[in-house]
Amino acid sequence: MNQPYYIKSSCSIKNSQVSLNGSIVFKNETDSFSEFIKAAYKQQNTNYPKFFKMDNLSKLAFLTADILLKNENLNPEETNDIAMVFSNKASSLDTDRKHQDSIQNKENYYPSPAIFVYTLPNICIGEISIKYKLYSENSFFIFNGFNASHLCSYTKSLISSNKATQVLCGWVEFDDEDNYEAFIYLVAKEGTIKHSEEDILTLYNS
Amino acid sequence: MEALKQELKKNIIEQINLEDMTVEDIANEDLLFGGGLGLDSIDALELIVMLDKNYGIRLTDPKEGRAIFESINTMAAYVAEHRTK
Repeated sequence: MNQPYYIKSSCSIKNSQVSLNGSIVFKNETDSFSEFIKAAYKQQNTNYPKFFKMDNLSKLAFLTADILLKNENLNPEETNDIAMVFSNKASSLDTDRKHQDSIQNKENYYPSPAIFVYTLPNICIGEISIKYKLYSENSFFIFNGFNASHLCSYTKSLISSNKATQVLCGWVEFDDEDNYEAFIYLVAKEGTIKHSEEDILTLYNS
Repeated sequence: MEALKQELKKNIIEQINLEDMTVEDIANEDLLFGGGLGLDSIDALELIVMLDKNYGIRLTDPKEGRAIFESINTMAAYVAEHRTK
């Protein structure tokens, strides 16, 4: 018999606003993504200086996950048995373009190590893992669009096979300053919202 | 030399994205690594690129960086002696 799992909480950052469990916690429509994410970071009292060294995709994923996980009141000194399953369409394209720009001109060839290290999408998972001491399973999938079916079945498999007790999963997309979106949710054995493809889609579209 | 030290501080803050830090926050003798700036190994590579890009200095042996990047004082002394631009 399949044990039911639940969505404990969710957080999204899109259209210049941050929402936690359906409630808007920050909104700032006038700024660019860089200014918006910095303002959201400050308003949420994130206090993690390494944030400013991250690329845009990692800033987006890190802050979304951080706002959600802070609300879970995890002990920051303990290892947390939470797997991560993230996905997007653009992979690390925004940072790949920046790296390409830095090596385009042979007369001005100065690739930046700090940019290069972010030319993989799953680096954002590493950033979250470092802060929250997550040593469990993690995967980053590239899809044409938000794939609730895959996220749902993969997450069920991780929990039912005891790979993790909870799974942080979702969609973290950053193509350019005007095209970004993060939707992350936490799945566990207890909660209020049923973990089904339909419910995931409802939350994603809300 | 003092102007070069100020320039290095400004460049480091910009290059390494030390948010909310100003030139005044870095003393000439402060340890750049293992101190309050919180620089890591990727930052060390960024400083090597900065020396090349801004001052035409190519460090062929990364181990040299340990002494050169000890503080703003040691960096400025090295840049003043070896810069080609």
